[in-house]
Amino acid sequence: MGISKIWVFGEATEAGATASTLEMLTKARDLADTVEVVMSGDAASVAGPLGAHGATTVHTIGDIEGALAGPRVASAIAGAVEAGSGPDILLCATSYDGRDVAGRLSARIDRPVITNVVDLAVDGDRLLGSEPVFGGTTDVTTGFTDDGLAIFLVRPKSFAAEESGGGLADVAELAVGDLGNTGAATVRERFVEESSGPKLDEAAVVVSGGRGLGDPEKYEMIESLAKLVKGAPGASRAVVDAGWVPYSYQVGQTGKVVKPTVYLACGISGATQHLVGMKGSANIIAINKDEEAPIFGVADLGIVGDVHKVLPKLIEALQARG
Amino acid sequence: MVRFSSSSGTLCDMNVVVCVKQIPDPADPGALDPETRTLKRDIKLILDESDSYGVEMGLQLVDAAGEGEVTLVSMAPNNEMSGLRTALAMGAAGAVLVSDEALAGSDALSTAKVLAAAIRRYEPDLVLTATESSDGYTGTVPVQVAELLGLPSVTFGKEIEVSGGTATVRRQTEAGYDEVECPLPAVVSVTAGVVEPRYPSFKGIMAAKNKPVEELDLAGLGIDPATVGWAGARQEITEITEAPAREAGEIIHDEGDAHERILAFLDDLKVL
Repeated sequence: MGISKIWVFGEATEAGATASTLEMLTKARDLADTVEVVMSGDAASVAGPLGAHGATTVHTIGDIEGALAGPRVASAIAGAVEAGSGPDILLCATSYDGRDVAGRLSARIDRPVITNVVDLAVDGDRLLGSEPVFGGTTDVTTGFTDDGLAIFLVRPKSFAAEESGGGLADVAELAVGDLGNTGAATVRERFVEESSGPKLDEAAVVVSGGRGLGDPEKYEMIESLAKLVKGAPGASRAVVDAGWVPYSYQVGQTGKVVKPTVYLACGISGATQHLVGMKGSANIIAINKDEEAPIFGVADLGIVGDVHKVLPKLIEALQARG
Repeated sequence: MVRFSSSSGTLCDMNVVVCVKQIPDPADPGALDPETRTLKRDIKLILDESDSYGVEMGLQLVDAAGEGEVTLVSMAPNNEMSGLRTALAMGAAGAVLVSDEALAGSDALSTAKVLAAAIRRYEPDLVLTATESSDGYTGTVPVQVAELLGLPSVTFGKEIEVSGGTATVRRQTEAGYDEVECPLPAVVSVTAGVVEPRYPSFKGIMAAKNKPVEELDLAGLGIDPATVGWAGARQEITEITEAPAREAGEIIHDEGDAHERILAFLDDLKVL
């Protein structure tokens, strides 16, 4: 009984291993005897933190030189599975590359994926994943009914990252399989969009704007307020779909999950799609002119009022404090 | 945003398949069928708004190329077509709709198998999808389709430029975006809000009624029913529980001083 080996798809930036990688490692070591990482790029530079969070080995496919990770990492995992040296479970973050890896591998080896998982638990010799549905009012737990690689896509911030006291992880090379045309896309140039404040999913305060702002120019109030409280600006899906702000601002089921100390929802009605992404915030303040708006059902402080009146005064008061 | 340029300066043929999903109206909250433990689908389906961006982008690319057409590919129970008509009214030339009782209970991989088989009949230059559907939101279907078709893919596209058989896509990243070059044919998933989907005109709506919709079942696609739907699921729901509800706090009506309450709330938490 029990699970013998879990692989976590590891992602890293110049700043090191991503938070979601370390979160999944932390959880994985409670679930399986052996926890290892599979990734692309320079594994040696992150073997320390990955080891400290429970990974004993980091399998890397090496430098991919601007190619996309998805098809390459997926083919390498497929090769390991075929050779009998692969894991029982693969955990990938619900990230841009994590979804590429999980989806590519799924189709390549004909295994389904359990997605949007926010909790994992061992059930005999299989793993169960829980997913919130209907705006987080209901949890659905799912498991595989057969043997074979079990692939899970895990939402960021589902677990807290904690060090295990483990030492440097071993680095092992993993071969990329035949890609055909699937790996033909290459990154020509990377662009960094500078934002002065903290990142949306790391900020202690998130100020989000929704349709209630009325028109795109009014979103500037959200930006200024976020700056004044040293927070990050966010948005509901409605205003992202309307093209006011890019997708990277979106908080919700199809956007980012945030769990800040304070979440300030301005002119957001609180569609189930949005609630899933922010319900886990420690404190929620909502401003909306509709008293019946569902957002008030989760707010610690609910202001029934006009964002166009409340926000300018709030901004002015904060500016006065310097 | 869409840009199209041809190295030779002549018009070239550009055929785009857009995968679209017809979903229950998100404004009408769903429920799980206690018997089958899947989403109840006894209500009228509409075009997933997420897909309207791909349809618009496809139309713009074909327009810029000067020749070619947009074909929709969709899978839905009971030959449901109302959402497809919306996209046809926007300007798509035709559609393929796959319906089969054996597809009930299909997960993302089953869906991808069906879409890939339908797409293969068209040999398009480009396959466009949303990044994820608004109801299932697994976000894996675009790459699963690409892998099954043996094509490269670029997910989370914000902008597409096509030139001489190559697509240049701005792909969303955590830090900003990557400019990714990809030879065609390819699969590109696009994020919401990247183009403004056109409203169907009256003329478009009338024309859509007569546009061809090819209806297929699994046999027509050559797919073994044992590999999709409930038969191919290989997973089960073990438990459905009610999540702990978050308690609502204090609600006040703004009398012109609500900003002071917010400041006091923030001061108490010492976040300023």
